[in-house]
Amino acid sequence: MNIAAEGHGYNVLGVPIAEVIVGLIAFGVLLFVLTKYVFPRMESMFQQRVEAIEGGLVKAEKAQAEAAALLSQYKAQLAEARTEAARIRDEARADAEGIRADVLAKAKEESDRIIAAGRDQLAGERASIVRELRTEMGALAVSLAGKIVGESLEDEARRRGTVERAMAELETAGAR
Amino acid sequence: MITQPGFLAEDFPPSVETFDFKSLIPSLEGTFWGPAFTKLTLLIWIAVAVVIVFFLATYRNPTLVPTKKQWLAESVYGIVRNNIAGEIIGVKDGIRFAPYLATLFVFVFVTNLWSIVPLAQISPNSHLAFPVVLAVMSWLIYIALGIRKHGLFGYLKHACIQPGVPWWVQPILIPIEFISNLILRPITLSVRLFANMFAGHMILLVFTLGGVALWTNGALLLKPAAIGSWVFAIVMTLFEFFILSLQAYVFTLLTATYFQSSISEEH
Repeated sequence: MNIAAEGHGYNVLGVPIAEVIVGLIAFGVLLFVLTKYVFPRMESMFQQRVEAIEGGLVKAEKAQAEAAALLSQYKAQLAEARTEAARIRDEARADAEGIRADVLAKAKEESDRIIAAGRDQLAGERASIVRELRTEMGALAVSLAGKIVGESLEDEARRRGTVERAMAELETAGAR
Repeated sequence: MITQPGFLAEDFPPSVETFDFKSLIPSLEGTFWGPAFTKLTLLIWIAVAVVIVFFLATYRNPTLVPTKKQWLAESVYGIVRNNIAGEIIGVKDGIRFAPYLATLFVFVFVTNLWSIVPLAQISPNSHLAFPVVLAVMSWLIYIALGIRKHGLFGYLKHACIQPGVPWWVQPILIPIEFISNLILRPITLSVRLFANMFAGHMILLVFTLGGVALWTNGALLLKPAAIGSWVFAIVMTLFEFFILSLQAYVFTLLTATYFQSSISEEH
C-alpha cells in the first residue's frame, strides 16, 4: 500500500508512511490531552449535576414527607379537639339537665312547703276563730235572748235547754 | 506535471494531481519525510491545536450551570457519549469508550471542516493515509476487545459463525463473514471517509475552476454561466458541510457498532 508519489503521476490510493506517522501522532496528542484533561472533568461535572438534581429531589421528598406528617398531626389534633368539644358539650348538657331537675325539685319542695305552711296557718286561724266565736256566741245569744224575751227566764231548766240547743246548732253550722 | 491547485483556467478540468501537495520544506521534497510536512499535515496540526485550545479554554473553570461555551464543549462530548457510546454499546459498557469515540468524532469533523474553510479548502482526509490511521486504530481496538472478551478462537467463532443458519450454508457464510467482519471493515471505514472528502473537493474544484474557465473564455455569453457556476460552488460548499458532518458521525457510529459487536454476548 505504501506507494508514495513517485516521479510523474500521483497515486490517489497511496498511503505515505510519513503521513501515517503524522496522523498517528496528531490523533494521539489529541486523544491524550482530551482524555486526560477534558473528558474526565466533564464526567465529574455530569456526575455532580446528577447529584445536585438527585439531592434536590431527596430534599423535596423530605420536605413533602415532613409536610404530610404535619398535616396528619394537625388532622389528628383537630379530630381530638372535635371529640373533646363534643364531650364538653354533652357534659354541659347533662349538667344543665341535672341543674334544671335540681331547681325544679327544690322549687316544688319550696312550693309544697309554702302550701303546707299556708294550709296550717289557715287551719290554726280557723280554729281560733271558731273558738272565739264559740265563746262570744253564748254571751251574744244569751244577751240577745234576754233582750228578746225582756224578763228573766223563770225556768232554769228551760233556759239551759235553749242555750244548749243553740250551741249545738252553731257547732254543726261551724263544722260545715 | 505537478501543480498546486490554484485559480487558473489552465487547471480546468481538475485532475487527481491537485491532491499532490508539495512539501513545505523544499529540501525534503521527494524524500521519505516529504509528505510529513505539507499543507495537509499543517492543517492537521492546526486542527489538533484548535480543538485542544477550545476544550481546555472552555473547560478551564467548569461550573454546575454551564456557560454557553462550556455547554457547547459538553454537548460535543455529551452527544458522542450518550447518543453513540451509550445507545450503541450500552450505558454500562459504552461510557468507557466515550473518550476515544469523542476524540475520533472531533478529529474527523475538524479535519473534514478544512474542506470548506476559506484559504484551506482541502481536507487532510482526502489523502487516504489519515482515514487509514483512524480506521486501522478502530480495527485493532475492536479485535483486541473481541479477543479479550471471548478468547482468540471464541472471538473468531463469534465473528464468523452466524447461529441459526442451516449447516450447509456455513461453508459459504463463514468465509464471507470472516472477510467482511475482520478484513474489509477498516478498508470500507477509511475508504468511505476518504472518497467522500476526495469527491467533495473535486466537485468544489469543478464548479470553482469551471467558473474561472468560463469567465476567462472571452465570450460575453458565457459570463452569466460562470457566475452560475460560482453560485453553485457556494451551494455545494453548504452541501459539503452536511456531508463532512455526516461522515464524521458515520465514522464514529460505525466504530461504536464494531466495538459493540466485539463485546456483545450474542451475535
